[in-house]
Amino acid sequence: MSRLPHSMISPIMANNPVTLQVLGICSALAVTTSISTSLVMSAALIFVLTLSNFSISLIRNHIPSTIRLIIQITIIASLVIVVDQILQAYWFDMSKRLSVFVGLIVTNCIVLGRAEAFAMKNPPLASIQDGIGNGLGYSLILVIVGFIRELLGAGSLFGAPILISVSDGGWFSPIGLMALPPSAFFILGLVVWWVRNRHPEQVEEAQVPPKEGAQQ
Amino acid sequence: MTDLLLRAIFTDNLALSYFLGMCTFLAVSRRLDVAFGLGLAIIAVETITVPINNLLYTWLLRDGALAWAGQDELDLSFLVLIATIGVIAATVQILEMVLDRFFPRLYRGLGIFLPLITVNCAILGASLFMIEQRLDFTGSVIYGFGSGLGWALAIWALAALREKIDETHVPKGLRGLGLAFILTGLMSMGFAVFGSLEFG
Repeated sequence: MSRLPHSMISPIMANNPVTLQVLGICSALAVTTSISTSLVMSAALIFVLTLSNFSISLIRNHIPSTIRLIIQITIIASLVIVVDQILQAYWFDMSKRLSVFVGLIVTNCIVLGRAEAFAMKNPPLASIQDGIGNGLGYSLILVIVGFIRELLGAGSLFGAPILISVSDGGWFSPIGLMALPPSAFFILGLVVWWVRNRHPEQVEEAQVPPKEGAQQ
Repeated sequence: MTDLLLRAIFTDNLALSYFLGMCTFLAVSRRLDVAFGLGLAIIAVETITVPINNLLYTWLLRDGALAWAGQDELDLSFLVLIATIGVIAATVQILEMVLDRFFPRLYRGLGIFLPLITVNCAILGASLFMIEQRLDFTGSVIYGFGSGLGWALAIWALAALREKIDETHVPKGLRGLGLAFILTGLMSMGFAVFGSLEFG
């Protein structure tokens, strides 16, 4: 573990793209209703992120800064189309379940965010590591949220029933809220809380010091 | 037309009903003044890009749209995604240069989130919804403005809430982002009420 480069390890926990850098939230809300969609989405994102980081870093010295956004977006969009086509060809029902969200990787801010913040300034090898690391960090959060939402919202994992619901003669009544997007916000909020308890240096400074005697 | 505007602002609010543009929404809502600038930028970008994409779609991409060029069999609608994002990226790039030149303070305040407007799914989402609803040109201007305003209202409200919350004692790990997530969840449950209203 310790021999792996720092740029690959740190985004997984300490510098996580979702909980610290606040990137890639939309898809984290939309595809996490079950754990298998979370996993496929994560794999697609790691693929796109690693390759886009690599190719943008390769040509970083030739991109004029005034049109860099358009170039980056074009590279990312082409990669996303490749993933989308592969999914449609070889795994059609998964592609149906993810619907537009594979296409929306184009506008997943992790990809452009890392291209802009890292790949434009660093050599290709480091950029690949950064891409893999950030992709894994994103995947970790997606899988956690997907796990909780599928377990509590449908009583199953990977589609296999774990908690037997009342309608099937069991004791568990599925929590409808967990199937709706607001629940992903609440879970993410709690995940952030947990991560920041483990990494107190991530706690944000209060901009205004709390008033004396305010409610504790 | 009023009902289209009201629907775009409240019922179909891009931020709180469709959860689009969440990255920027959460990251830039810490301070009201920066959030205010970003809201204005979003309104501007939406009002420009949605009508442009409407024209592109009507005259170039739609099935049979090229009839004026004698190509009535041609269907280029598979290019919608890349054409739309191209228009958006170009608009944002121009906006970035204008801000850098004329409003340097706002430019620095927005930081990396200005280029990230390009990948703000609210912008792409608005254009795609406009195409899905088959709006005409006037409709697309109104829809672009309305959806931008709705998103801006949501971020202004969240920024104001967060400024207040900052003055209270909350568990240390929840301060900032964690609470923002939970607040957004609660706000979106509130906005769900607009779904039952009928406009016009």
